[in-house]
Amino acid sequence: MSRRRLIPLATALAALVGAALTLAQPQSGIVRPTTEPPRESVKLGAELYAGNCASCHGIAGSGILRPRPGAGNVIGAGPPLKGVGAAAADLYLRTGFMPLPDIHAQPELRRVLLSDKEIRSLVAFVASLAPGPAIPRPDPAAGSLASGFSLFTEHCAGCHQAVAQGGFVTGARVPPLHGLTAVQIAEAVRIGPYLMPRFSAAQISDAQLNSIVDYVLSTNRPDNPGGWAIGNIGPISEGILAWLTGIMLAIACIGLGRRLKR
Amino acid sequence: MSIWRWLAGAAVLLIGRILRRRRVSREDAGKSPRETSADRTQERRNVPEWAPARGTELVVAVLLLLGGLFAAGFVVVYAEFSAAKLPNELLGACIALSVAFIALALALFAHRLVPTEELEEDYPQEHPEEQREVAEIVASAGSRITRRRLLLGTGSIAGGALGLATLAPVLSLGPLWYTAPLFRTPWRRGTRLVDESGRPLSAAVIQEGSYYTAFPERGDRENIGAPLVVVRVEPSQLRLPAGRAAWAPLGILAYSKICTHAGCAVALYRKPTFRVVEPEPALVCPCHYSTFNPATGGSVIFGPAGRPLPQLPLMIDAAGNLRAAGNFSGPVGPSWWGVRLGRAR
Repeated sequence: MSRRRLIPLATALAALVGAALTLAQPQSGIVRPTTEPPRESVKLGAELYAGNCASCHGIAGSGILRPRPGAGNVIGAGPPLKGVGAAAADLYLRTGFMPLPDIHAQPELRRVLLSDKEIRSLVAFVASLAPGPAIPRPDPAAGSLASGFSLFTEHCAGCHQAVAQGGFVTGARVPPLHGLTAVQIAEAVRIGPYLMPRFSAAQISDAQLNSIVDYVLSTNRPDNPGGWAIGNIGPISEGILAWLTGIMLAIACIGLGRRLKR
Repeated sequence: MSIWRWLAGAAVLLIGRILRRRRVSREDAGKSPRETSADRTQERRNVPEWAPARGTELVVAVLLLLGGLFAAGFVVVYAEFSAAKLPNELLGACIALSVAFIALALALFAHRLVPTEELEEDYPQEHPEEQREVAEIVASAGSRITRRRLLLGTGSIAGGALGLATLAPVLSLGPLWYTAPLFRTPWRRGTRLVDESGRPLSAAVIQEGSYYTAFPERGDRENIGAPLVVVRVEPSQLRLPAGRAAWAPLGILAYSKICTHAGCAVALYRKPTFRVVEPEPALVCPCHYSTFNPATGGSVIFGPAGRPLPQLPLMIDAAGNLRAAGNFSGPVGPSWWGVRLGRAR
């Protein structure tokens, strides 16, 4: 084999080894029990909680209301978790909202660092702290897409946009809802994560919630009459596009005319 | 209204009198000034008088009248319908037809009634003689207009009507004198709050961290003063302005749902899950992000709104339902020129 062929091969090999090493690194930030993890779900949850959550949420979910430096001088502060129930824990952990990189950061849809078993254990532990709302079990198949759309525009679209593209309120970003599961959507409606208001069963019944979930899931694959959706963000983008196209056409026409005159 | 009739009558009388006086003075002079000027131009006319085109004149006059008619139609349509139900297609058709007819009239006028002279020559160097000749031709060109007054009259009717049609929408900026309806709201002391489906809103239902839309039990829900946004705040967090201490029983607050900036529905409520590090609770308007603080009486904390959100005093009746304890703290709805001059009634 000639040298010329060796160099790219070696580079590719080096890149592969580098990638493998990065992937083999332990997942950042999560502290896991070093000994054989206990079988009992709640116990594993308690150990994970002590290692990953307690610096902000306090011992046994009692909360830390005044920001204070904890382990590694990281400033910690967080709401108490007694009584938030399995629903809140499940939503915050499965969406990657928690753990937060910084107490002032907004919880965002991130890569989930915990395994499914770990999440189940943590949810069981948080639920064991005090009685709270259980994980809702929505049935989108029982909902109606049409009433889901009207309920969504009434209660949700003000922040989340009509096709659930997300947006802004003053002081925070509103996440798009694509890729969320039915359970996560139902949990968010009932508990109101971060700045979102929560909606009780008196405001949105379980049947209505099924319809809303059905509609939000349908926004993952919206039909786009007319073809190009331009991000599904409404008439302003469409108008801008029409204007820009018109201006470009006009410029092209003027240019053609000039060339013809010459 | 009667003032307007008197004013219009006076204006008609005045105009009639002025016109009459002029005609009388002209007849006194013996000869009308138009005739004398015609005589004078006849003396040194280089180009023969064009044949009068009476038919074209008539067509132009009719076209101008039609233009004026459609412009007047615009004003009538505008005046006939309430601002919310203006038939845009009718308004558009009126103004388009008016402009089209006037344009047609002007085009006809320019092509058929304005004499055009052509002087074909090689490019002259400098010919004072010829130049003077051209100038004379221009100065003394003939005219085929015989009914100048007719054209002037119809022209001013068309122009005036079109001008009125363009000015009429200024009235949409708000009523000038009769502003009382803008301050009227359906809320009175004792009016029950109901939800979207008409059920009375119980104080026990209102939870912290959620938000509710409410309407008066009776009255038009389309009225701009009707919709409310109801939220509940921890009573210790309340910093209401002086005199409003009793307006929020159990920390339940009611505000007009109509933004004081441009009249959108204040449909966004931001509530912190953990208030130590998260933004304070706020009502946010999705149109231009005016942000109001419910804990301090709806004061503006961000955005283009110039007035706080009007607050409705609440009370809880014996059955535990929410009722209004009076009217709003200020006029509801978007801001207009006189909004600060009155109170909600």
